[in-house]
Parts: sequence; structure tokens; C-alpha cells
Amino acid sequence: MNTVKLVAVFAENRPGQAARVTEILARANINIRCITVASSGTFGVMKLLVNDPDLACQALQHEGFAATLTEVIAVEMPDKPGALHSVAQCLAAQKINLANTSGFVANNRAILVIEVHDPAQAGEVLKKQGFHVLTQKEALTV
Amino acid sequence: MFWQQEIETLERPALDVLQLKRLRETVGRLERVPFYRGKFLETGIKPEEIKSAADLRRLPFTTAADLRENYPDKMLAVSREETLRLHTSSGTTGKPKALFFSRRDLDTAAELIARAFCMTGVTRRDVFQNMMSYGLFTGGLMMHYGAEKIGCLVIPAGPGTSERQLLLMQDFRTTVIHVTPSYAFYFADFLEKKGIDPRKNLALRKAFVGAEPYTEETRRKIEAALGIDVYNSYGLTEMNGPGVAFECEGKCGMHVWEDNFVLEIINPATGEAVGEGETGELVLTSINREAMPLLRYRTRDLTSIIPGPCACGRTHRRIHRITGRSDDMLIVRGVNIFPQQIERVLMALPQIGRNYLIQLEGLDEMTVKVELSPSAFDGQVGHLAELQNEVAEKLRAELWIRPKVDLVASGSLPVAEGKAKRVIDKRSL
Repeated sequence: MNTVKLVAVFAENRPGQAARVTEILARANINIRCITVASSGTFGVMKLLVNDPDLACQALQHEGFAATLTEVIAVEMPDKPGALHSVAQCLAAQKINLANTSGFVANNRAILVIEVHDPAQAGEVLKKQGFHVLTQKEALTV
Repeated sequence: MFWQQEIETLERPALDVLQLKRLRETVGRLERVPFYRGKFLETGIKPEEIKSAADLRRLPFTTAADLRENYPDKMLAVSREETLRLHTSSGTTGKPKALFFSRRDLDTAAELIARAFCMTGVTRRDVFQNMMSYGLFTGGLMMHYGAEKIGCLVIPAGPGTSERQLLLMQDFRTTVIHVTPSYAFYFADFLEKKGIDPRKNLALRKAFVGAEPYTEETRRKIEAALGIDVYNSYGLTEMNGPGVAFECEGKCGMHVWEDNFVLEIINPATGEAVGEGETGELVLTSINREAMPLLRYRTRDLTSIIPGPCACGRTHRRIHRITGRSDDMLIVRGVNIFPQQIERVLMALPQIGRNYLIQLEGLDEMTVKVELSPSAFDGQVGHLAELQNEVAEKLRAELWIRPKVDLVASGSLPVAEGKAKRVIDKRSL
């Protein structure tokens, strides 16, 4: 099953942290395709879709950041009203819960990036319904 | 007003004679305690050789470590059947300090509290609300029984829940309270927010404030906020709890009851007595306790003796308010805390590093910053929040108070080497 790896980084919820993380990634020549930040009180977690997740992880860990890889499903939908709804309905029918989720549109292609308890299973379910589940490479070249 | 006028105003020479007599009795009693017998042998002292207060200096000190090593009851000077009450002291690493009291000890302790109530003008017509923790803390029961001796109505409210405290004060017309300085401020704030003017709506007249050190300025602020007189109260579990030293109506230092305690001020580094009026560590010897007397107990509290007589006529000398500690113990919300206790909790949590920083601010806000171990990071914000909560809960179980916990990045806290600063105390007490 096609799954995508995101880089998750722990950072304190204060000014300068995003700048530090992105500086490290820039120096490693990492390109960021998608980013979400979830903050909770005094800390936050940044999740990034990058062109080389392993290198990104290493570079961040080398600089003392707690960084790890998170497995997600990237699914493509038509860029029109009701498209996201069909994906959501499809997962709901199988009682699959959407945890952290984000979406973006690039080059008229709508991509939903979802974290679920069992990514492989979710991918199968979506594929059966005719949705295109992206590989890592495809997700990076939208 | 005097509770026991004769003894409270006993001329110095007679008081010294009484002290010496009781000291010798105590030393004799302690020969039965293996711990002290060993100490006497070590130093080659015999009780008969104690001929003056100055000879006290030849006796060994007793420390908190001694109490812990002899836990649970190896320092008893009586049989277990004769013990009536147990109190333990918070703020230790590992075993707590266990203090036993006989029936007579409890009565004596209550008499000393009664002296304090009486000398601050409390009578049986007063209503006393004890807002300190009951249970193992001496601030509860010891003060309670002392108040009952005076005959005032005693309300064993315990701490917290300002709404309930207010209800009791309004309905039962409380006139005297026993409270920590930080809670006194919280309560004053609470009244203000509710639009209650204590001077108009409540019958409060006096507050006995202690369990943690506070400044003269804080005293004045509490007095102004609640419209009452505040009296400083000093004590420690090892010496009965509250009632070791108390302010009279002059509010100019706390009288130490010298017929019950021999007081010394020493240089904490050398153990030698400091010069007259100099600040040093308070050392106390209990000379009127039978279950578990303690010789030359190092309190770790820093203070100085106030020279000269007091206008109230009491001949028992006064000490200044406590200005600090000669160890790294903290007192937050009236509870003793050693930074090492925090270290112990963190060491048992693999997801957290060993470094920490304690920040104290406001009146009693405590934040412990801990480092997240990179290997414990699984990318889930929810799990981090759970971890933070788990650390706070484990700290609460160890410390008796719940600090706020901040998860910070690994390596971002100053590394402790030797005497590195682990505590930033910005409180305004």
C-alpha cells in the first residue's frame, strides 16, 4: 500500500523555533512541500512533507531536535465541491477515524494528507472506492 | 495577657537554672536511646558533665539525616505503648521524618500554643478558623488543641476552597485564622473579586501566619488587605510544630519558649556559635519532651537573636523572622520541598531527561521545566500532553503539591554541574 512519510518535529511554543527548524532544513537543501503546526500550551509539533524525509530527520536530530517519521496516507480528489465529502464518507463507512489531517491544492490537484490508526487499511479502502492513493514520490511531485 | 505569667516573665537567672535542669534531665533520658548513647560515647561526654548551658556545645548535633536513618522509631526515648501521636515531616528524599509524642508532650505543645494565643489577645470569646492542613502536618492538630485550651470555638476548616472558608467566616463570625502567607493573599484577592469588604462583612481580627517565610512587607500587605493584625508564627515538626516561637502584641520578633527549647545560632559551615546578634542557623534542643527529645537539632533556618528586653515583659528571647535556609530546601504553599525529590521522580521516567529547572513566581506558582527525550517523541501532540500530565501527577504524589510542568527541548536547560542553579525564585512573599 502506498504510504507517505512526514517528518514530525518537537519544538517549544515560542518565537524563533520555526525559524530554527527551517534554517536547518534549508542548509540541508531540503524542500518543504506541505507543513502543519499543532501547538499545545508550551510546545508544538511541526509536521512536514519534504523531498527527503530521512535526511531531514537526521539533520534536525543532529542539531538536537526531537524528530521522527510519521506514516500517512495521501489521497487525491477532484478539485471541486463534494470531493472531500466523498472521501470523508468513504472512511466513515468503514469506521476509520481521521486523526491529524491537512490538505492542499497544487497545479489544480487536490491532495488530502491523513493520519489514521491503520494507514495500510485506510489506503486499501480508498483504493477500492476508486480514489488514487499516492506514493511518496507522487506526493512530492504534485 | 499571659497564659502562664510566672514562667513567661521568669527572671533570666531563674530561667537559666530551669533550662539547665531540664537539659540535664533530657540528656539523662537520652542515654536510653541507642543513637544518642552512641553519640555520647563517641564524644566522650557524660550527662553529669553538663554543668552549664555552655557545655551544650560539647554535645553532638542532630540532623534531618539522623532522623531519616533512624526511621521509623529508633530514636524513641519511651516504649511504643507510651506514644500517643505520630506526625511526619514533608520535604525529604526517601523516608519521611517521624516524630512521636506522648500524652504529656501533646499537652505541653498545646500549652505553648495557648501562650501564643493568649499573648496576642485571643480569648474564649473568639472564633478560631484553622485554615492549615490537618492530617500528618502539625499545623492542623497542634494548633487545634492549643486553641481549645484557650476555650475559643475552633473550626477545623483545613486549607483551600475559598467559598467554603468565606461561608464559615460569615456564618460563624470567625475572628482569628491560622493560614499560610500565600493563601492569605489568595483569599484577600478572592474577597475583593466578590466585592466583599472584610472590615464591613467579616468579623476577622487576627491572623497567625506561618509555615513558610515571608517579609515584613508581606505582613503589612496582608494586614491592609484583610483589615487585621498579623502575627508571625514559627515552628517545625521536629519541635512540636507551630508554637516554637511566636510574636507578642508588639510584633517585634518571635519569643522562643526557652523553658522548652534551648536556642543556639551557629555558623552552618563551621558549627561554631556566631557572635551576639549575628545571623546564622537556628539550632534547637527540646528540653521538655519525653517521647522523642532531640539534642541540638539543626533546623537549617537562618535567623538571629534580637538583643534586649521586650516591652511585653516576657524574658524569653526573641528571634527575627526567618531570612533563608542553609540548605536548598524550598517551602511552597507551606510544604517543604527538596529539589532532589524532583530529580528522583524524573529519573524514574525514561521519556524525560535528568535536567530540570524550578521556577517560582507570584505567590506560590511553581513550574518545573523538564526535557523531552528525543527517543520518546512519536510525533503525536496528544501524547506529549499526556506525558506532561503524567509528570505533573507523579510530582504531585511525591511533593504533596502539583506543579505546572513545561516540556522543553532536550539540551535546552542549563546542565547541572556541582552547585548549578536549579531554582529561580521570583516570589513576592
